[in-house]
Amino acid sequence: MPTVELRFAALNGHVRTARMIATAVSRRAGVPAGAADEIKLAVTEACARAVRVNRRHAPESPVHVALIDTPDTFTITVADCGRTGDEVAPGPDGGLVTASTLLDLEPEAADPPWWSETPDDDSAEDSAGFPPGLGLALIEGLVDEVEISRGPDGVGTVVAMTWHTGVEAAPYQAAR
Amino acid sequence: MDLSLTTRQEGNHTVVVVGGEIDVYTAPKLREQLIDLVSGGSYHLVVDMEGVEFLDSTGLGVLVGGLKRVRAHEGSLRLVCTQERILKIFRITGLTKVFPIHSSIEEALAASE
Repeated sequence: MPTVELRFAALNGHVRTARMIATAVSRRAGVPAGAADEIKLAVTEACARAVRVNRRHAPESPVHVALIDTPDTFTITVADCGRTGDEVAPGPDGGLVTASTLLDLEPEAADPPWWSETPDDDSAEDSAGFPPGLGLALIEGLVDEVEISRGPDGVGTVVAMTWHTGVEAAPYQAAR
Repeated sequence: MDLSLTTRQEGNHTVVVVGGEIDVYTAPKLREQLIDLVSGGSYHLVVDMEGVEFLDSTGLGVLVGGLKRVRAHEGSLRLVCTQERILKIFRITGLTKVFPIHSSIEEALAASE
């Protein structure tokens, strides 16, 4: 059973709520400071992605977050209700592509890289110029183990992120 | 923690001091600020990130958008940042190759001369 579970409506404003809760739970779990920063950013990226996916395909459906604290690991799962594989950029081996591959940052590349393109119209609300999947590429760089799977009943995508924290279980758990 | 923005002029450069959290919620405020500066003819920007406590991919997108805008006017956008947790985000995404990153405002201004 998850240590803490959270369901929120697919709204950007709640991504911050999820981040604050994940930060509080990771602190209570006693994860090292470096991992706590990674957890904070990774949960933000995963939740922001899930909000985008749900808003596109299932705006009434909530985003589901589970935080699981064990003696050696800290795991966060974020599940959306969109189409399976939405905003996931799988590499040739089925794993995620790395940020550098995704962004094709070689300035000498034949095709102009994404950041050199002319700006979109100023009213563009999304992070203009960013390929979908950047959030996941960032997650891959931050998290010890990332697993992307199909949601229960084949609906949506579950992003599972695990850090090897190697700290003892929180005292309140150990006491039980 | 919200986003705070202050700007000041240093010669022909505009220094934007950013503090707080740049996320999906606050990034539009920074985007507007950068667009306003470029629209007003400020094409050489130094963005001081030392007071930034959190930055996500939305914030990165806004900075990249700002860079595109100043480049369209042959301008520049330099970052000031020494915080390891923020630098790490630029490294992971490969953006250290895109943005000149300096350890102080003075250094950024000197490099731009």
